[in-house]
Amino acid sequence: MHELSIALSILDMVDEEAQRRGDVGVEAIHLKLGPLSGVVREALLSAYELASEQTRFAACPLVIEDVPISVYCSNCKAERGIRSVQCFACVECGMPASEVIHGRELQVWALELAE
Amino acid sequence: MSTAPRIVEVRQNVLKHNDEVARALRRRFQEAGVFVVSLVSSPGAGKTTFLEKALTLLKQQSRPAALVGDLATDNDALRLARSQTPVKQITTGALCHLEAAMVERALEGWSLEDLDILFIENVGNLVCPASYDLGEDLRLVLLSVTEGEDKPLKYPTIFNSADVAVVTKMDLAEVVEFDRAAARANIEAVRPGMRVFELSVKTGQGMKELLTYLREKSATRLPVS
Repeated sequence: MHELSIALSILDMVDEEAQRRGDVGVEAIHLKLGPLSGVVREALLSAYELASEQTRFAACPLVIEDVPISVYCSNCKAERGIRSVQCFACVECGMPASEVIHGRELQVWALELAE
Repeated sequence: MSTAPRIVEVRQNVLKHNDEVARALRRRFQEAGVFVVSLVSSPGAGKTTFLEKALTLLKQQSRPAALVGDLATDNDALRLARSQTPVKQITTGALCHLEAAMVERALEGWSLEDLDILFIENVGNLVCPASYDLGEDLRLVLLSVTEGEDKPLKYPTIFNSADVAVVTKMDLAEVVEFDRAAARANIEAVRPGMRVFELSVKTGQGMKELLTYLREKSATRLPVS
């Protein structure tokens, strides 16, 4: 369970970003989250709720966009999905593939700022 | 007064700070010529037992050292100190994993130039350590035969983040009816092409192969870009 420290890092980062932009209000935080980030969506949402309580972000939702895992398939010579996180094989042709392209994301990609 | 919010893209990795520290560490390790291997596993899989033996064997022809992460005690460091190689404990308190900054702090006062290989033993945990780069060259994930063959399927993220799998306590394989083929198939499913070693520190099985592999890796590592 390291989601609380992740939630605190998100708040620090967003706070810094908001101040850099002239202390603007933040109305939503958009996060990209991949299954290989090691962070669990539900746990992060609860941790965020706890961490943001009584801060300026108390009313600011954390909006999580799940990023599916994709790999480079050497058979299809293209980026492909995988069968499941328990089976790293190209969803199209079944070739095992270990070169991960997406799925490790843990990134604040956008902020909704109050005008 | 209030108008529609505007969306600005920021694209900042949440673990940016850790990644930066890890990158700086990797550069330092490379400049000093020290090869760094981290160990992850569940508690009790045999990380410290492996290290105890590895440090003693490696000391005969190189200069190994170890950092060991633990929640509360310094028992592991005391055990490893018997190998008479440099060992430092990192006590994480309530934290379930090591972060790059802890490694950086633990190295204060050490001269990396005097080392050839540095092991970093993470806290016993198959979840949280997956997210944190420690600046290592190679990450070993250990799995003991008593844990069951399906561990890789239950914790695919950490197996996928590792470079090499080591199946430990092979001397107990028969007693616990460990299914080697199933374990290998499960590792292969979550990390195709991953190198697997079977190890028993007790009987010495696989020890030489693994240490030779680490030595070869250390000799052929790619420069940090």
